[in-house]
Amino acid sequence: MWSIDWNLQRKFAFCEAYNFKSMKDPVLFLKKTTDWFGADVCIDAVGCEAEGSPLQTITGRKLMMQAGSATALHWAINSVKKGGIVSVVGVYGPTDNLVPIGNVVNKGLTIRANQTSVKRLLPKLIGHIEAGHISPKEIITHHIPLEEISDAYRIFSDKLDNCIKTVLIPPSARK
Amino acid sequence: MENTNLNYKNIPGWNSDADPENEPTYPMKKYTGDDHARLNWKRPPLQTPTTEILKSIERPNLSATFGTPVPPSGLSGMIRRFAFKFDESEYGHWLNLLLADRVNVVEGVIDDLLHGHVPNCFAEEGWKAEWKYNKKNVVKKVVKVALLTAAVVFLFTKNKEKKSKNIFGF
Repeated sequence: MWSIDWNLQRKFAFCEAYNFKSMKDPVLFLKKTTDWFGADVCIDAVGCEAEGSPLQTITGRKLMMQAGSATALHWAINSVKKGGIVSVVGVYGPTDNLVPIGNVVNKGLTIRANQTSVKRLLPKLIGHIEAGHISPKEIITHHIPLEEISDAYRIFSDKLDNCIKTVLIPPSARK
Repeated sequence: MENTNLNYKNIPGWNSDADPENEPTYPMKKYTGDDHARLNWKRPPLQTPTTEILKSIERPNLSATFGTPVPPSGLSGMIRRFAFKFDESEYGHWLNLLLADRVNVVEGVIDDLLHGHVPNCFAEEGWKAEWKYNKKNVVKKVVKVALLTAAVVFLFTKNKEKKSKNIFGF
């Protein structure tokens, strides 16, 4: 499993993790590392706020002419193998996105997508925590009082102070 | 190429998702009919509308649940009502809703002012945190806005001079 994301994934997913910012072309990188076949499965877990392509960033995030920047989905479609599976869990808006749909057809890809089925999956995920497989505590970086929600939102959305997950504490929980 | 974990069995919880007895992601595998009971399913009592609810023209009825605290009002409400004349596949729906949201922001500020509350944009947008952790970005933004304002002011004053010249026949 390769993951084009930051160092954090190395620690939590126990996979080889690479930062796309350190490579010229992530698609070429994935092709090279898979003997030029492409990956069996590519998962877009980024969604509409992706960086990495000036065209997508300007039209998707700055001018909002698309429902967000579809950079990660673009890379996923182009770096999966022929007949492979692209799974989309990154969130996009309801209008259009620039996506190489011709490559989906010509490579015979299967596209799967969903938001998390939280109610259905929660018992299993709690089981994973109880068994010590995952430790969500370690990704909580900030505890902020609910009254400071404006600053908390800014810290989270701009990824300030190395923020990963924030827990908001209402006044009733502090008594 | 670096390979960080050749022995996958060292990964905590490796293979734990493979248990076929605990596979909630494929409910159809063990379909019992409980989920919806299909034809015999009796719809639970629906929420009753107490205020104006905008309904998609793609459905015959209101959705099962909906929010009531902020009914459409004012100019943004008029735009929203217009947006709901289009189905969700048309730009007329989404672009008008996006516009209505932005108009609603201005309406909110006006409402605040009418109630004697001057909005503190600096605090409400969390710029204190930005200043604390990313001073460079704040300075960059301020410079950008200042330059843009200066450019706009310059352009307008330049045009005015030309216009006034024309009006007075110079």
